[in-house]
Amino acid sequence: MAEQTKISSWAGREVLAAADANKMLFRFLSRSENVALARLLAAAAVAERDTTVVELDEIKVAVSEAVSNAIIHGYGNEPQHYVEMSIAVNQRELCISIHDDGVGILDIEQAMRPSFSTEGRMGLGFAFMQSFMDEVEVFSVPRAGTTVSMRKKLA
Amino acid sequence: MDLIVNVKNYQRKAWLCVKPKGELDMAVADDFRKRLTEAMQFFGCRYLWCDFSAVTFIDSSGLGVLLGRYRELAPLGGKIIITGANELVYRLLLAGGLHKLMEIDRPLSMRYSEEGI
Repeated sequence: MAEQTKISSWAGREVLAAADANKMLFRFLSRSENVALARLLAAAAVAERDTTVVELDEIKVAVSEAVSNAIIHGYGNEPQHYVEMSIAVNQRELCISIHDDGVGILDIEQAMRPSFSTEGRMGLGFAFMQSFMDEVEVFSVPRAGTTVSMRKKLA
Repeated sequence: MDLIVNVKNYQRKAWLCVKPKGELDMAVADDFRKRLTEAMQFFGCRYLWCDFSAVTFIDSSGLGVLLGRYRELAPLGGKIIITGANELVYRLLLAGGLHKLMEIDRPLSMRYSEEGI
């Protein structure tokens, strides 16, 4: 119930509902080479807007982290599952959601703390998403999957 | 991944010089870690010089490999320096706090862009 409230309060819904928004959905296997594919797709999706090089880089890093999390933590590095990336973009904002049907996160707040990770990534995944995007929200159901939704205002 | 490795004498110390090429993300992190560790053990170097002039992208997976090498080298009195990073890579190295542990060369383009055109 708490998660329902969170989703309805997410500011990204305005972009998703906006008539002028372009929307797209990508589905790819949880193979590590698809991390590069995902960040290039996200960068290409905003290429038509007046984004700066720095903004593009920030978007690529955030997507890279979110997809890496889905593959490493969600699917435990198994390459045969699917990761979904949905993008909605208009002149003002960009919304990206990364979804996996993996193990889910038991304690989201703990997972988002920088020192948490047991992997060799310094636990910086969520920290980078939060510092490079304007808003990051995580919805997760243990043993069912995780969705990371990120929003960024475009200059 | 594409990685050039050699050993140079600098300030009377043997430096393991590595030049990775491309994007340092989770797709190459394991390979990068393995080959760095192997080279460090093979040459017995405590000093690691990373030439990042051919690195176009890095994320937490790549930063994790660097931090792991630092954790191995620091107790031995070793050192890591990173040169040639582009602006994006430099910003991410700083965002990951690695500048507190390693010597990181500031990109020339950033020094000049502060002056403005």
